[in-house]
Amino acid sequence: MGNTPIDMQLLNACAALLLLLSFAMLSQRRVVSLVNLLAMQGALLCIATLLLAWRTGNNHLYFSAALTLGLKVFLLPWLLHRLIRRLQVYWDTEPMLNIAGTMLVGLLIVVFAFGLAQPISALASTATRSAIGIAVAVILLAFLMMITRRKALSQVVGFLSMENGLFFGAMSATYGMPMVVELGVALDILVAMLVLGVFFFQIREQFDSLDLHHLERLREDK
Amino acid sequence: MTSISPLTACLALIALWGAIGLAGLLRPASLRFAGRALFLLGALCGLSLAGVAVWSLGMPTERLVLPLGLPDLPFHVRRDALTSVFLFLLGMASTGISIFAAGYFRKGTGASPGLLCLQYHLFLASMGFVLLADDAYGFMVAWETMALSSYFLVTTQHRVAEIRRAGFLYLLIAHLGAMAILLCFGVLQGGSWQFTFDAMRSAQLQPAWATIAFLLALFGFGAKAGLVPLHVWLPEAHPAAPSPVSALMSGVMLKMAVYGALRVTFDLLGEPVWWWGLVPLGIGLFTAFYGVVFAAVQTDMKRLLAYSSIENIGVAFVGVGLAVVFFGTGLKVLGALALVAALYHCLNHALMKSLLFLGTGAVLHATGERNLGKLGGLIHRMPWVAWLTLIGALAIAGLPPLNGFVSEWLLLQAFLFADDIPHSFINMLIPMSAALVVLSAALAGYVMVKFFGIIFLGTPREASLSQARDCGKLERLGLLWLACGCVALGLLPAQVIAHLNLVAEELLGTSLPSSTSSWWLLAPLPERQASYGPLVLLMAVAGVVALTFLCVRLFYHRRERRGPAWDCGFVRLDARMQDTAEGFGQPIRHIFQPFFRIERELPTPFDRAPRYRVTVSDRIWRALYEPIGSAVQWLADVCAFLQQGRIAIYLLYSFVTLIVLLAVML
Amino acid sequence: MNFSELATQVLEILAALAAAPLFLGWVNQCRAWLQNRSAPSLWLPYRSIRKLFYKDAVLAQNASALFRIAPYIVFGAMTVAAAIIPSMGTRMALSPVADAIALVGLFATARMFIALAAMDIGTAFGSLGARREMMVGFLAEPALLIIIFLASLLSATTALPAISEYLATQPLALHPSLAFTAVAFTMVLLAENARIPIDNPATHLELTMIHEALLLEYSARHLALMEWAAALKLFNYACIGFALFVPWGVATGNGPLQILVSIPVLALKLALAGAGLALIETLSAKLRVFRAPEFLATAFLFAVLGLLVHLLLGA
Repeated sequence: MGNTPIDMQLLNACAALLLLLSFAMLSQRRVVSLVNLLAMQGALLCIATLLLAWRTGNNHLYFSAALTLGLKVFLLPWLLHRLIRRLQVYWDTEPMLNIAGTMLVGLLIVVFAFGLAQPISALASTATRSAIGIAVAVILLAFLMMITRRKALSQVVGFLSMENGLFFGAMSATYGMPMVVELGVALDILVAMLVLGVFFFQIREQFDSLDLHHLERLREDK
Repeated sequence: MTSISPLTACLALIALWGAIGLAGLLRPASLRFAGRALFLLGALCGLSLAGVAVWSLGMPTERLVLPLGLPDLPFHVRRDALTSVFLFLLGMASTGISIFAAGYFRKGTGASPGLLCLQYHLFLASMGFVLLADDAYGFMVAWETMALSSYFLVTTQHRVAEIRRAGFLYLLIAHLGAMAILLCFGVLQGGSWQFTFDAMRSAQLQPAWATIAFLLALFGFGAKAGLVPLHVWLPEAHPAAPSPVSALMSGVMLKMAVYGALRVTFDLLGEPVWWWGLVPLGIGLFTAFYGVVFAAVQTDMKRLLAYSSIENIGVAFVGVGLAVVFFGTGLKVLGALALVAALYHCLNHALMKSLLFLGTGAVLHATGERNLGKLGGLIHRMPWVAWLTLIGALAIAGLPPLNGFVSEWLLLQAFLFADDIPHSFINMLIPMSAALVVLSAALAGYVMVKFFGIIFLGTPREASLSQARDCGKLERLGLLWLACGCVALGLLPAQVIAHLNLVAEELLGTSLPSSTSSWWLLAPLPERQASYGPLVLLMAVAGVVALTFLCVRLFYHRRERRGPAWDCGFVRLDARMQDTAEGFGQPIRHIFQPFFRIERELPTPFDRAPRYRVTVSDRIWRALYEPIGSAVQWLADVCAFLQQGRIAIYLLYSFVTLIVLLAVML
Repeated sequence: MNFSELATQVLEILAALAAAPLFLGWVNQCRAWLQNRSAPSLWLPYRSIRKLFYKDAVLAQNASALFRIAPYIVFGAMTVAAAIIPSMGTRMALSPVADAIALVGLFATARMFIALAAMDIGTAFGSLGARREMMVGFLAEPALLIIIFLASLLSATTALPAISEYLATQPLALHPSLAFTAVAFTMVLLAENARIPIDNPATHLELTMIHEALLLEYSARHLALMEWAAALKLFNYACIGFALFVPWGVATGNGPLQILVSIPVLALKLALAGAGLALIETLSAKLRVFRAPEFLATAFLFAVLGLLVHLLLGA
C-alpha cells in the first residue's frame, strides 16, 4: 500500500464508492432517492472513465465519459424523475426479505463476486484489473435489487445500475468497449427507457397501479 | 515407587471409582454413607486423577494390554498428551462436583442414595475409560456405559412423565450417535479387520473412505456434543437431571465428544484434508449462534444453561474446524493456535458450566423453583452462591480477566490470520465469520446478565423466597473449588498453554513458538506482537479501584442514607414490575425472529383477568424431528402388517428365511 | 519496563482523567452553539462531579454490595483502558498487557457491571436499561471486531500501539477501506457512548433512554464515579479512533520532546472530534430503540465492506 500513484488511488476509491452506492440502492426505500443514487453512480462512472482516459491516453475514453455524463447523469435520471412525478410512485417496499437480510445476502454476493473475479483479474493486463471484482459485484447486487422490489420503476433503476456495472467491468478489464458498441448500447438504453416509459403508462391504465404483482395473474391457468 | 507409571495410576483411580460405586450398594439407603462419605472419597479420587494427569503430561506415550474383555479381544489402553489433558479436565471438574454432590443429595422420591452413588461413579469411571481406551471395542463399551449410566442419572426422578420422556430422547440420540461412531470405526480399520487404534493409525484409507469416516465421526460425536441439529436432547435432559449430574454431563461428558472428534481426526485419520475443517467450522458457528440465541429467550434457568452449553460446544468445534483447515493448508502454527484455543475452551467450559449448574442446584434446593419468573433478590439470602455464581457468569460471558476470555482471545487471534489461507473464497469468508463468534460471545454476556440479574438481583418475585437459606459447607466448598479453577485458568494462561502445547506437538507435529517474554504475558505468536497479560490487567484495575476507594474515603464525608428506590419518583413499586425472563428476552425475539416459532396469547383490552402468554420453541423440532418421527411411525405401521398374530405365519417367516439363506449360500 | 515508559504511562492516565470531562464539556458547548442555545460553561462537568462528591449518598434499601462496588469497577476499567490506548505515546509500560481485543473485553466487563448494578434495585427502569444496554453492546461488538480486524490485517498485529505506529509511518494515500471503517467506527462510537441517534444524553425521557436509566438509582459519589467513567469512555473511544484513523502526531519514541509535541496535537484532534460529534448529534434525530439494530447493522456493513475492499483492492 501507499506506493500506488494518486490517479490509481482515486480510481480505487471510485470503485469502492460504486460498491457502496450499490448497497445504498439495495437499502433505499424511496424511489426518488433511488434515482438520485443512480445519477451519482453515473457521475462516479464518468469520473472513473475520465481518470482512466487521462492515465492511458485513450482518446475514445473521453468520448465515452462525455456520453456517460450526458446520458446517465442528466438525461436518464431526468426522464425517470419525470416519470415518477407523472406516475406518482414514491415508495417501494420489499415483500421478499427485510433490509438486514438483503444486506447480508448482498455481502455474501460480494464475497462470491470477488472470489469469482480473482482468476479473471489474473488474466487481464490492465492497471485496473483488481476492480473487475467490484464490477461483477455491482452487476449482481443490481440483480438482487431487482429481485427484492415490486414496483416497475425500481426494476428499471436496477436494470440501469446493472448496465453501469457492465460498463465499469468492461472498462476495468479492457479499457472500455469499442466506440461502436458503446454507442449502440447507449442508444439501446435510451430506446429501452422510452419504450418502458410508454409501457408503464399502459400498465397503469390497465391495472391502476405500477405494482408488478398484478402481472402475476397473466400466467396461464393450470 | 518407580514401578507405578501414570497409566497404571490412572487405571487404578478409575477402578477405584468403580469400587466406590459398588460400595454404595452395601448400604443403599444410608444417605450418610452412600450420599456423603463415598462422594467425598470420589472427590479425592478425582483430585488425584487431576494430579496424575498433570504429572504425566510431559511423559512419553504409554501402552498396556489389559487382561480383561473377551478371550480374543483384550482391552488395549494408552495414555498420551491428549488423554492427559482430558483426564485433567475430568479430574478437576469431578472434584468440585463430587464435593458439592456430597452435600447436595437429600432424602427424596427418586432413586436411593446407594443406586445414585453407583450410577454416578460408574459414569465417572466410564468417562475415564473412554479417554484411555485404545481399541474400538473398549472405546465402545466405555462409551455405551457412559450413555447408559448417565441415562439412569437423568431419570433419577423417574416418576415424572416429563423426565422419562427427556431420558428417552437422550438415549435415542445417544444411540444414533453411537451407531455412527461404530460405523466410523468400521471404515477406519481399512480392510485389516483389526480394531485396535494402532491398526487404524497404520491403515491406508482411500480419500473418499477417509472423508466418510470423518463425516461419520462428526455425526456420532456431534450427536453427543449437541451440534445443531442434533442438539434437541440437551435442553430436555439437562433440566431433568439432578444438578450435579447436569454439571457432569454438560461440563465433562460433552467434552468427551470433543475428545473423540480430535482423536479420530488428528490421530486415527492421520492427515486430515483441509476442506474437512469447513464442515465443523460452519456447523460450529451456526451451533454457537443458535444456542446462545435460544438461551436468551429461555425462562427455565437450567434450560438456559443447557442452550448456553450448546453455544460453547459450538465454539469448541469452531476451534477444531479451524485447526483442520489451517493444518490441511500447511499453516501449522496457526493450526496449533486454533487447536490450543479449542482445548482451552473445553477446559474453561468444564469448570464454568459446572459452577453455574451447581449454582442453580443450590438455588433449586433453597427455593424449589426453576422458573426464572419466580426468583429474584437471592443475593441477600444466599450470598455465597450468588458471588461464586457471579464468577462463573462473568467467565462464561467471556470477560477479562477470567478464563472464558482467554480461549475466545486465542480463537480470534487464529481467525484473524486466516487470510493466509491460499483459497480465495475461504480467506474472505473466515474473517467475516469471526463476527459470528464475537456476536455469540456478546450475546452470551446478554444471557448471563439475564441469568444472574433475574435470579440473584432485584427484589424477590415470590413471598416464599424470603425463606431461602444459603447452601451448606460442602456445597460452598465445591463451588469455591470450581470458581478458583476459573480464576486460575484466567490469570495464568501462559502456563496452561505451555501444557496444552504438548497436545499440539503430539497431534500436529508443531507447537506454538515458546514465548520469550515474561511469564505473566500471553503472546502465542511473538512476531505478531499481540499479547495479553490478565494478571497485570487485574492488578491494574484492582490498583485503580483500591486507589479510588481510598481517595473517596479520605475526601468524602461518608454520610449516607438508606431510602426507598427512586425509580423516577414512582412510589408504588413492587416486585412484579421488574423485567421477567420473557421481558428480558424480548429484544432477542424481536431481532432474531426468523429463528423462533413464537406462539403468543394476547389479552383483549377489555379482559377482566388478562393473561399474557408467549411460548418460544425450536423450529428444528417441527421441521426435522416431527417428519422423521411420523415417517418412522408410518414405516412401523406398514411393517405391522407382518405381525399377523398366528404362530403358523411366524413359523412360515422363519422357514422362508431359512430356504432363501440356504439357496443363496449354497 | 524502564523509567520513561512508566512516566509516559502515568502522564497519560492523569491526562485522560483530567481531560475526559473537559472533552465532554467541549462537545456540549459545541452542541449548544450549533443549536443556537447559549452554551454551558466548559467546566460544567467538573463542577457537577465535584458537587456530586459533596452530596450525601442515598442508597435504596435493598441495594447489595454489588451495587456499591460497581461504580469503582467501572471507573477502574475505564481508567486502565485509557492507560492502554496510545493517545499520546505508543511506548507505554502497560501496553503489552492488553491488545485491541482485550480492550473490547475490558469495555464489555464495564458494561456488564453497569447492567448488573442497574438490575440490583429491582426497578422497572433499571432492568429496562440493562436490557437495552446489553442489546446495543451485542450489536456493536461484531462491527467493532471487524474494524479491529481490518486494522490488524494492514499492520499484522492486534496491539493498538503497534497498529498506530505502523499506520503513522505509512506514506499518505487514499484508503477507501479505512474510510469505510472510519464511518463504521463513528457509528459504533455513537451507539456505545449513548449519543444521538441511539440514545439522548440530555434527556430523562423514560421511554427512550438507555444510559440514564442505568444510573437512575445512583447518587452522590457513586454517580460521580459513573459519570466520570462515562466521560472517560467517550474520551477512550475518541482516542481509539485517532489511533486507527488519524495516527499522525503520536509520539513513537520516549523522548520528552516528542511527548510534549504530542499533547497539543491530541488537543487539536479532540477539539475537532468534539465539534464533529456535536455536528452529527445536531443533524440527526434520535431513532426508536428498535431501529438501533438497523443502525448498527449498517455499521457492520460498512466495516465488512471496508474489509472486503481491502482484500480485493489492497487499499
